[in-house]
Amino acid sequence: MDRRISLQEFRANRRSILKTMGAAAIGISFAGALAGCGEKEGLSGSGTGEEPKLNFYNWDTYIGETTLGDFKDTSGIDVNMSLFATNDELFAKLRAGNQGYDVIVPSNDFVERMVKADMLMPLDQAQIPNMKNVDPSFIDVAYDPGRKYSMPYTWLVLGIGYRKSKVKAKPDSWKVIFDSPEYKGRIALLSEAGDMFRLYGKYLGKSVNSLTADDIKKIEAMMIRQKPNVKAFHEDNGQDLLMSGEVDLVLEYNGDIAQAMSEDDDLDFVVPKEGSQLNSDNLCIPKGAKHPKNAHAFINYLLDAEVGKKITETILYPTPNAAAKALMPDSYKNNPVIFPPEDRLSKCEYAAYNEKLQPLYEEAFTRVRAA
Amino acid sequence: MQDWKGQKTAFAAIAAAPMAWLIGFFIIPLGVVWLYSFGRNIGLTEIDISGTFANYARALEPLYLEIFGKSVAVAALTTLICLIIGFPIALAITFAPEKWRPWMLLAIMLPFWTNLLIRTYALITVLRTNGYVNMSLGWFWEQASGLKVLVGLAPLPTWEPLPLLYNNFAVVLGLVYVHLPFMVLPLYAALDRLDKSLIEASLDLGAGHFRTITQIVAPLAGAGIISGVIITFVPALGAYLTPDLMGGPDSQMIANVIERQFKRANDWPFGAALSFLLMYATFMLIALQALRTRKAEARR
Repeated sequence: MDRRISLQEFRANRRSILKTMGAAAIGISFAGALAGCGEKEGLSGSGTGEEPKLNFYNWDTYIGETTLGDFKDTSGIDVNMSLFATNDELFAKLRAGNQGYDVIVPSNDFVERMVKADMLMPLDQAQIPNMKNVDPSFIDVAYDPGRKYSMPYTWLVLGIGYRKSKVKAKPDSWKVIFDSPEYKGRIALLSEAGDMFRLYGKYLGKSVNSLTADDIKKIEAMMIRQKPNVKAFHEDNGQDLLMSGEVDLVLEYNGDIAQAMSEDDDLDFVVPKEGSQLNSDNLCIPKGAKHPKNAHAFINYLLDAEVGKKITETILYPTPNAAAKALMPDSYKNNPVIFPPEDRLSKCEYAAYNEKLQPLYEEAFTRVRAA
Repeated sequence: MQDWKGQKTAFAAIAAAPMAWLIGFFIIPLGVVWLYSFGRNIGLTEIDISGTFANYARALEPLYLEIFGKSVAVAALTTLICLIIGFPIALAITFAPEKWRPWMLLAIMLPFWTNLLIRTYALITVLRTNGYVNMSLGWFWEQASGLKVLVGLAPLPTWEPLPLLYNNFAVVLGLVYVHLPFMVLPLYAALDRLDKSLIEASLDLGAGHFRTITQIVAPLAGAGIISGVIITFVPALGAYLTPDLMGGPDSQMIANVIERQFKRANDWPFGAALSFLLMYATFMLIALQALRTRKAEARR
């Protein structure tokens, strides 16, 4: 029995404690001790002609340890970072109008959604020369062709995280967690309705973007059948459940499991053979931003190779920044969890935002949980 | 005593600020949400308030009524357990020596000083498979097994940790844990005012302790019991964090469904209709209680 009881599994990560609070994000000012000297620099300090301030709305623990301070040193701009825990929170906050954020970090489907809702400012690529560092495969993406509104910050892929000593074989198919009593009571799945239905679709051999109302009905019945074997629908804290031994298999993002693996070497991660769903977090400027030039300068700074390397060292997510990746050690570059094998990745897709299906997913999932 | 009606200006001056606060930050926002409940989504961010009742019709579908029913059942069970545990505690505080009482009340209120989320996480570390409860039980199990071997018997089978977390049991336990102070404090307030000579009289006249409690103490503390029940039941009915963090695959309560409408489903009109149905149910409870009190006063 694992007697190691500690609070470490509740340590903050991109999608943990803050999310469960469901509360307003906590603003953290990095101005701090520097505030006094910052004021003296006045309006000319930033080099962009704007007041040297920037409001950054980010996920928790999703930036390098010194990135904001370093940016202040090079540009004179004070970055005030606030945190959000889910894309829904970000969207709900901004749908009534921008309250002063200059740079935000929505995931791919929300970039699409916010473009549709006319909430994002087009980017001036001339002000972001570091775009050249981005891996070309991340430039012409379906959710933002030609990168008119967003710059890629990280990407992730969903898969199965598992405890090696507790499984008979590598859980190489979604069947193991979606359609089998083999690991009854030792499975935790995501509570995100859309992701769940799309991945079941993958298991059935469909594209994540081609599901129909009939498919949803069929998948709903499959989920209800599998429910007795599932211990919990987790709020994207699957790595915590895995580390504390609560479950042995979780549906999670590779970045989260990679972080957990650095503390527990009995864990592993696999992208099932049917393929999976990709996600990508992106830097965007919301409409109504008060410091658009500072925002461009900041996005450009984050895409710098050295800066990207420092961020990646902290957050350990796959980076779309080719120049930053080149600077990383082999232990990162060749990590099969962070960068799953190409034959699996080629079967993975980005989910497009679907206005019609989203409410159907939600209601069907409510029925699954009530069943 | 001066009647406030004679001092209207002074009353208005004092009441203006809280009234403005109440209207600006409670009535108006709530009114907007109420209007949303008669609207429908057009596009991603726009809501057209068309006066439709479709959201309410959908909220009254069997799927959602069942979830409502389940939430009421969970909240009622929580309240009942709180009452059964809270009543003896309140009695104990009432009859405790004078100098202990403030400390005992402090012990009841202390958890309020810690954020609900932190308390819930603490409870999770206690209850989970490798948590403190299962670890202690496992240890005793091993000792018992060792003892049996020592006296020449077959050892016990391997210890299987109890499933204490991620099920409905955990939700009720978590809710009782969080809401117990809400029950104890009004009970204590009611019991403290009780004329203790009545209890002595009852005991002197030959009623047993249990009979004294059911026939004398409980009726006299009736108002306290009812307010305790209401202020435990209402927040338990709207509980959202506890079922979310401690519940299993089928532990959703109505507040979780409402939360999902405002966030993931992006269906504010439907979420608004669900929350107002919940609110109407709560209002009815409070109105019933007010009616009861008025009747009781009229009888006097």
